[in-house]
Order: sequence, then C-alpha cells, then structure tokens
Amino acid sequence: MDHWWEKDISGCGLTGIINTDGKRISGSVIRKSIALQHDRGNGQGGGFAAYGIYPEYKDYYALHIMYTEEPGKPTRDLAQARKETEAYLDGIVSVKKGEEIPVKITDKVTSHPLLNRYFIKVRPDKLAESGVGMTEDDFVVKVVMHINDKIDNAFVFSSGKNMGAFKGVGFPEDIADFFMIENYEGYTWTAHNRFPTNTQGWWGGAHPFTLLDWSIVHNGEISSYGINKRYLEMFGYKMALLTDTEVVTYMFDLLVRRQGLPIEVACKAVAPPFWKDIDRMPEDERQAYEALRMVYGSGLLNGPFAILFGHSRGLIGMNDRIKLRPFVAATKGKTVYMASEESAIREVCSDPEKVWNPRAGHPVVVELEKGVA
Amino acid sequence: MNTNIPPEFRVKIDQEKCRKCKRCLQSCSFGVYQFHDRVIPDNNKCVACNRCVAMCPEDAITINETPNVYKDHPNWNLQLRKNIWKQAETGGVLLTGMGNNLPYPIVFDHLVVDACQVTNPSIDPLREPMELRTFLGRKPDKVNVEYKNGKMKLKEKLPPQIQIETPVIFAPMSFGALSLNAHKAMAMAAKDFGTVYGTGEGGLHTDLYEYGPWTIVQCASGRFGVHSEYLNAGVAVEIKIGQGAKPGIGGHLPGEKIGAEISRTRMIPVGTDALSPAPHHDIYSIEDLRQLIYAIKEATNYKPVSVKIACVHNVAAIASGIVRAGADIVYLDGFKGGTGAAPTMIRDHVGIPIELALAAVDDRLRQEGIRNQASIIAAGGIRSSADVVKAIALGADACAIGTAALLAMGCSLCQKCYTGNCAWGICTQKPELTRRLDPEWGAMRLKNLLRGWSHEIKEFLGALGVNSVESLRGSRERLRAVGLDKQTCEILGVKPAGR
Amino acid sequence: MTIEAKGVYYRQLNEKIREAVASGETEVVVNNVNGQRYIGDGVRGKATITVNGVPGNDLAAFMDGPTLVINGNAQDGVANTMNEGKVVVMGNAGDVLGYGMRGGKLFVKGDVGYRVGIHMKGYKANIPVVIAGGTAGDFFGEYMAGGILVLLGLGRDKDTPLVGDYCGTGMHGGVMYIRGEVDPTRCGAEVGIEELSEEDTKTLEGYLKEYCEDTGHDLGKIMKEKFVKLYPKSSRPYGRLYAY
Repeated sequence: MDHWWEKDISGCGLTGIINTDGKRISGSVIRKSIALQHDRGNGQGGGFAAYGIYPEYKDYYALHIMYTEEPGKPTRDLAQARKETEAYLDGIVSVKKGEEIPVKITDKVTSHPLLNRYFIKVRPDKLAESGVGMTEDDFVVKVVMHINDKIDNAFVFSSGKNMGAFKGVGFPEDIADFFMIENYEGYTWTAHNRFPTNTQGWWGGAHPFTLLDWSIVHNGEISSYGINKRYLEMFGYKMALLTDTEVVTYMFDLLVRRQGLPIEVACKAVAPPFWKDIDRMPEDERQAYEALRMVYGSGLLNGPFAILFGHSRGLIGMNDRIKLRPFVAATKGKTVYMASEESAIREVCSDPEKVWNPRAGHPVVVELEKGVA
Repeated sequence: MNTNIPPEFRVKIDQEKCRKCKRCLQSCSFGVYQFHDRVIPDNNKCVACNRCVAMCPEDAITINETPNVYKDHPNWNLQLRKNIWKQAETGGVLLTGMGNNLPYPIVFDHLVVDACQVTNPSIDPLREPMELRTFLGRKPDKVNVEYKNGKMKLKEKLPPQIQIETPVIFAPMSFGALSLNAHKAMAMAAKDFGTVYGTGEGGLHTDLYEYGPWTIVQCASGRFGVHSEYLNAGVAVEIKIGQGAKPGIGGHLPGEKIGAEISRTRMIPVGTDALSPAPHHDIYSIEDLRQLIYAIKEATNYKPVSVKIACVHNVAAIASGIVRAGADIVYLDGFKGGTGAAPTMIRDHVGIPIELALAAVDDRLRQEGIRNQASIIAAGGIRSSADVVKAIALGADACAIGTAALLAMGCSLCQKCYTGNCAWGICTQKPELTRRLDPEWGAMRLKNLLRGWSHEIKEFLGALGVNSVESLRGSRERLRAVGLDKQTCEILGVKPAGR
Repeated sequence: MTIEAKGVYYRQLNEKIREAVASGETEVVVNNVNGQRYIGDGVRGKATITVNGVPGNDLAAFMDGPTLVINGNAQDGVANTMNEGKVVVMGNAGDVLGYGMRGGKLFVKGDVGYRVGIHMKGYKANIPVVIAGGTAGDFFGEYMAGGILVLLGLGRDKDTPLVGDYCGTGMHGGVMYIRGEVDPTRCGAEVGIEELSEEDTKTLEGYLKEYCEDTGHDLGKIMKEKFVKLYPKSSRPYGRLYAY
C-alpha cells in the first residue's frame, strides 16, 4: 500500500451552463464567464468539459488522452508512451478513429503534452472474456484505470460518449484559446479556474476530472481525502491524478452507476445531514439516513466544497453541509447557470429571470428535457 | 475546590534566615503566602515562577519539586496521571501556556555549523565589517536600471521592504496576552535597535502608534482592533492564519484578562473570553486568502503583507499557495512556539518542527522558482543565536523570538500565562502586577539580548568565512547533521557529519 | 462625477474611485460594474459612491466613512471589518457579510447568505448595525461580541427557513432582532430568546426608519409582525470549558 503520495490542495473558481432544451452553444460563451473569475486562480490550471460536441460519433466513447511528464517520476520519451498506449488500445477495443486534438499555440501556452483523442467501441469478444456481469461501461473504466495506472506518462482525461474535457496548465481563458473551444458546440459546458499549490505545472492536475460521462469541477479541499481514497481503492479505482477531486468523480461513479443509487441519494451519501438533524426526522427517513451514514461513512466528503458535476443528461451543483464555498445559480428561459460568483453569470446572461444562492445540503439538480440530445 | 492532585512544587522557608520582612507576600501573585507570626506557604498554589526567590533579601526561600514519589510506570508518567485526575475533577479541557514541553527530539541540537580553516580563512568580526542587515519583502526577478555616464539609476522601484539591522525580530504576541508595558518595551527596543515587533492579534494601543515604523500590525481571525488607521500605522500587515502552539484552533484569551483597556481595544465586553475563531470565517480556500491579502493591499496602498501559519504536514504546499496568493512574507511558526493559552493536548501533539518545515518550504519555493517572491521568517523555539544561524542556513531570512523575548524581560517559564497572574508583569493585565515591568528597563534588557545575539551571529559568520548574512542564507552546505537518520537528513538537505 | 467600469480591472477602477474621493468629490457614480473587487476598501471620508451593477467580493472592506449604494445584488465579503460608513444593497447579498464589523451600517434589501455578522464588535458609541430584509443562512451572528443584527424575513416563501442553523453560536455580546419565530434548537447554546423591551423597540424602530427610507420597504408593514430578541445568556459562554 503506497502511503507516500502527496495530495495537492487548490482553490478555484467555476462556472456551469446547461441548455435544458439541448440547444448547443459555442465554447466562447463559457470562456467569457470563467475569464471574469480570473483572480480566483493563479494561472496554473484551467479546464472545460463539454457535452454534445461529437454528434457524428455519439455512439463511440471519446477517449481524450494526454502523454505528459508525471511529477516526481523520471520522464521518458512521450511519443513512446503514445505508441505503447495505442498498441494497448488496438489490442483491447475497436478504435474507429485516432487523431491529435487540434490546438493553437499562443504565447500564453507555449509548451504542452502530446494530446490525442480516440473514438472507440467495446469489442464483444473482449467484453465476454472479462467475465460475467461486466457492462460496456465497466469495461471502459477498466481500460481507463489500466492506462492511468500501468502505462507511464499516459493519462486519460475524458472517456465519455459525445463529450470531452479540455484542460491544462494556464488560465482557463488561455486554455480555451489553446484548444479552440469556440469551435465546439455543446448543450452543457462546465469551466474551472485553478489555484493549485502542489503539483505545479502538471497538465493532469487541472479540472475537470472525468470518468465515462461524469465530469467534475470542484472548488475547495477534501479533508477526508485520505480515507476516501482508500475506500475507493477497495473497489478497484486508482487515484492516479494526485488531486482530491478525483475521489469525487469516482465516488459518484461507484454510487450512481455501479450501485444504482439515484443521484439525489448519492448527493446525500457524500454530504449527509448532521446527526442532530437526522435524530429529529420521521422514523422511516431517519433509518434511511442512518444507514447511508453507516455504510458510506468512508465516502463522506468532508471539508469546504462547491462542486459542479455534469453527465450526459444533466448538471448538478452542490455544496458541503455548511456552505463554506460560494455558489450562485440563475435561470433564463431554458438555460440554467451555476457559478462561484454572480458577476460571472451576468457576464454571459444580462437579464436572468431568477438568481439565487442555493442552500447547503440542497443540490441543484438540472436535467435535460426528455427526447432532446 | 477540594483537590486530590498533589502540588507540583514545595516551598521551603529557612525560618532562621527569614527576617519576616513579608516581601514574599507582596511579591507572590499566586496567593502562596500567608503570615501568622511566620511565613506560611501553601504549596498547592506555587507555580515556581521564582519571583519570591528573586525578591527575598535573605535568600531564605527554596523551591523544590514535590519529593513525594509514586510508583514508576514508563507508560504513565506522573504528568499524565495528574492530567486525568484534573479532568475527572473539572470535566474541562486542559489548558496551559508557553510552548510544547514534551521531550521530542530537538533538530537544532543535531545540527552543527562549519568553520573555516587553512584552505579558506575565517574572518575576525572584531576587525572587519560583518553585515547582518536584512530586507523582508517581495523581490522581483531582476533589477531594471539605467546606466548613463557611469551613473546608475533605478528605472523601476522595488516593492516596499522592511529593513532590519539584525536577522531577528520580536514575535507577535497580543496585547491582552501581554501587558501594555511588555508591548512598550518591545516597541522601544525595536525602534532603538533597528528591528520590528508584532502587535499580535489584540490591536494596537494608541500609546504605541508613534512606533509604527517598527511595527507589524496583525489581522487575525477575531479582527480585534483592525481598522483602516491601524492597518496603515505599521510598516506591514500580518494576516495570522495559525500559530505553532495551536495549529488549527483559534486564540483564546480568558475573561480574567479582559479588563477595561482590552475591552476598549478589542471592542468586546469586559470579562468575556476573547475568542478568535479557528479559521478566518472569510477564508475557506486559498483564493479567499488571496482575496483578503489584496483587500488589505488595496486598503493600505500596497504595503507588504505577511501571512503567518503554523507548521503542519503539508506546510510546503501551503506556503507555495500563500506566496502565489500575493503574500510578501511567509511566517512559519513551528510546533514548539509559545502561547498565552492553549489546550495542552493541542500544544503538545499538533504541528511539526520548524527545522523540517523551514527546509521543506525553502526547497519547495526554490523548486517552483518563486523563492524570491517572499521572505521567510522562522519561529517556534528559537532559543539562541546558534538556532538563528542554523535557521538561516536552512533558508530563513530572519527568525522571530517570542519566548526568548519574554525571558529577557524576566519570565521564568512557569507556563501559567493564562491565569493572568504573571508575577513579572509581562502577561497580565492587573495594574498591581503590570507596574512591575518598567518598559524602559524591559527595552534595555531586550536590546541587550539582541546585541549579545548579534555579536554571536557575527562570530559564527566570521568562523564561516562570510561577511554578509545573505551568503549564509539557504546555504545548507554549511551545516552537518549528527545523529539524524538518512531520511531526515534528506528532508533537511543536510549531509551527515563526516561527509 | 461618473466613472465607467466596463472592462476596467479592479486595480485601475479603485485607483480612480480613490482619487475622486481624495480630490474632494462628494458624489461618485460608477457605471457598468460587474465583478470588480475591493471597491471602497480602506477608503475614508464622507463621499457617497453609487455602484450600478454587481460589484465583486470584499466590497467596503475596512471602509471608514463613505456611503456606498449598490443598485444590484452584492457578492461575498461585504463590509468585512468595516469601521464606519454605510452600505446599502438594493438586492440580495452573499456570504460572510459584516465579518468583524466595528461600526457603520449595512442595509440589504433582500436575502443574505451564510456566515453573516460573524464576530461583530461594539464599544460604547461604536455600534455596527446590519439589517437584512429577507432570510439568512447558517451561522447568523456567530461569535457576536457587540452591535445589532436585524433580520426581517420579508417576501420569503414558506419552504425557506427565516434563519439557518447555528444562529448566534458563541454569542457573547451584542443583540439580534428577528422578525418572526426562531426555533431555539437552531440557535447556539449561548443564545437566549425573549420579547423586546420598550427600549429595544425604540432603538429598533429608529434604525428601521432609516433602513426603509434607504431601501423602500414599508415600515408599517414591518412593525406589524412580532420581533424576538436574541441575546447572549452569558458574557462568558466558554468559561467552564477549560480546566485551569
């Protein structure tokens, strides 16, 4: 058991936009919002997640992979890492298309890792080999964990269908320009401006953290990381990315996808009410919450946080139990906005119909309308 | 209260020598003495501050440890047993003062300093200049100068710096924890010697505004005494996030010490406990700290801002974050730092040693290429000029002394600061006690300490063959370790003696 | 004097505002503000500064005298350690308002967020006053050591609680006037709840009159509902905590 890892701490700013009618918009909109929150970061990390951006490949898992140095480890030839990864993929899944992610070198982002994307499908023969009960999603998770853990210098930074993450070292607006996100159109966008204090200059450490179609951007610090990590490791997840946000992503994958809990219940499991409030609930509810806390105690996310997590059919924003990080939400027409500061919302939405500060313990759960996207 | 806990000390009066002048009764502030045709001490009240011993004209008083013996048990020393008896009696949190007194290894005492011989001569400080002047603050990556006709002129001014004539400053200790006279003594000594002192979190008394240029004003979580004039009064503003004696928990000034003056300066009711919340409630993430740093800079026209933190496990990452958040000075307080009041368990078991924290922070900032963006002040158990020299070699720009300064003013480390009964008038608010500390006398004693240490530091520098302190700063090569394991040596960046 | 803020970084904007006040301007209007921080920080004097838009965090921190009127919502950190002056927010305001406030007034027309009025202090004539027209989140008045906190609960829907949990935790000075009912289990152990005395009512009405003039609320409607007073049961709530 490796006890020598070092966890990063970071503070940040975030924005999320979702068009519940599935209308796709350019990444230039969210760039504007996160750029207003420039002072919440320190230029050491910025990133975006976008949903609906690969309509012509919507049935393929889009793996975004970076080939980059790992902090604290000796570097090898990154092209070699790419070769090894591509050989592994060719052997285990069916790769429809693999290419470099188009980027634009600017004076703000001058050096960068190798960045590739692969549109893949799970091969039925390989799936059958892995044992009874494994789903395609499980299979892809295994592939992702393998690459992150076993292939040096290779990191999968998104693995969902018809979605993708774009992240790296730089202010988010600079990362946006680097990846040319204005050329992508998505119905859900999340953005993050990072202020890391450890792993300086590491592309893998920027947010969002993703697994399949979950993406998480996070403001705060998870003081329970030590035990959250060891709990998730029991279920086969590998924390390769040295940032506490990783546990949030995997925790939701475990509770919602693998264990089938409704999203709202999963939110309650990771940010449950205090015992003094549980003790006063009606008996049925009390027993349910008591059980959640007993079973998922090691998954409780302690510490200040505001989290936006996106998935293919919606966007959820939530706070820690006593709202120690800022979080504002707004609506206009079919669009819902969430951000760390109201001004970031107003920068892209001049006349919101409703603006409010969500209460702690009451996640804002937004879903796409049925039949869209 | 009836107590079964045996007294710690036994006071013995040599009745033959005693001439019944009753000076001990006057001197003792803990209520030990009574007089019924002879001096009768109550051992239960004695804290071994030794004030009576100092004042007795006949040297008739002896303070011993209570000689009663309990059966030895290596896992349960007597102090641990007493702690439990006390808690069983009171149901309370054990409280104490000053710094960690458990026998953790003292890293400083395992480091030795180089000296020059034969191949590179040492320097005689009595004959040649030895420079200790230090500037605290953010330094740019390079200097922008114009050079015309042999004359040089700065094109771009450096950000404001704090100039000190010796790499030692007085640590911030609040007005409330300390008496006004103690603060006056430090302010005067700082001014006369050319260094700075800190106000601590109790605000700045109006009498002391004239010493502004030698003062670092503090903004702590309780925001006591913090207003625009105060922020602008000092030469820098220090945001106190934590202190080494009690990392992660807030300040606590017991109601006994909140008199009229404190009530006025801190703006809280008389007799209430002055609580500083553990976190600043407006700082829950690193970007919140940056927000406060810049709010203060905006409010003071960009004076230097220092951030004081306790040394904890990931102190290097925190320090890096603090520097990137805009701090000009990072003040590291190790786990042996002192305090006026702290829960005993926290004081003795939370935090890490300054030596290791300092080495880790200095390394991290250099790795990230930002070491020049902030000065580092090391504190928490700096006991001598030797500790200062070693700390500088590990990477500190300067050291802060708290306990040492109090000792200079007469403190005997009885660790009862939280009672407000300090017999030496240092950490009390009672007028009959505070008058025992004459600020001018205190200032003289502090200046003497700084003078003695500065000379000693110069002797060290001379032996090392350097004549400016900046040539020692961060020079781990001038230290060797004796009796430290390999991993600790790696963390310190110091070779074992012999290599 | 009018200052245009669109696209202007906070450092330059605040320099302009400070220069205006220092040069003697008594009325300054700042237009198209969106997210600029530290407006009014440490500013002294008697000017009135009107901000049109949503100002950024730490508005009026350490402020010492001027009046700030915000035509819009305000974000977090308003009136942080403010010493004197007045801030009027004609909308909602965010978290951590009036932290360590030492004097002056903060009037918010709508709702306020979490951790409002923490460690407000007071001494003799220096009494900070915070009045919020709507609801408040957890930790309202935590560690209060002086001053007056008022919560009116106007316009709230029945699902939203008037005030959150841990109200007045650690309170050891000052007073809160809350319009409506307060559940004692949601308050710190240090908090006592009682009816207002005549003197309380007089003081409260005095401040509410000014508040209504500034925000446009109806004083008559406000005074129709009963207020409760929250006060510290002891000035030493943690006196028994430690073993000396």
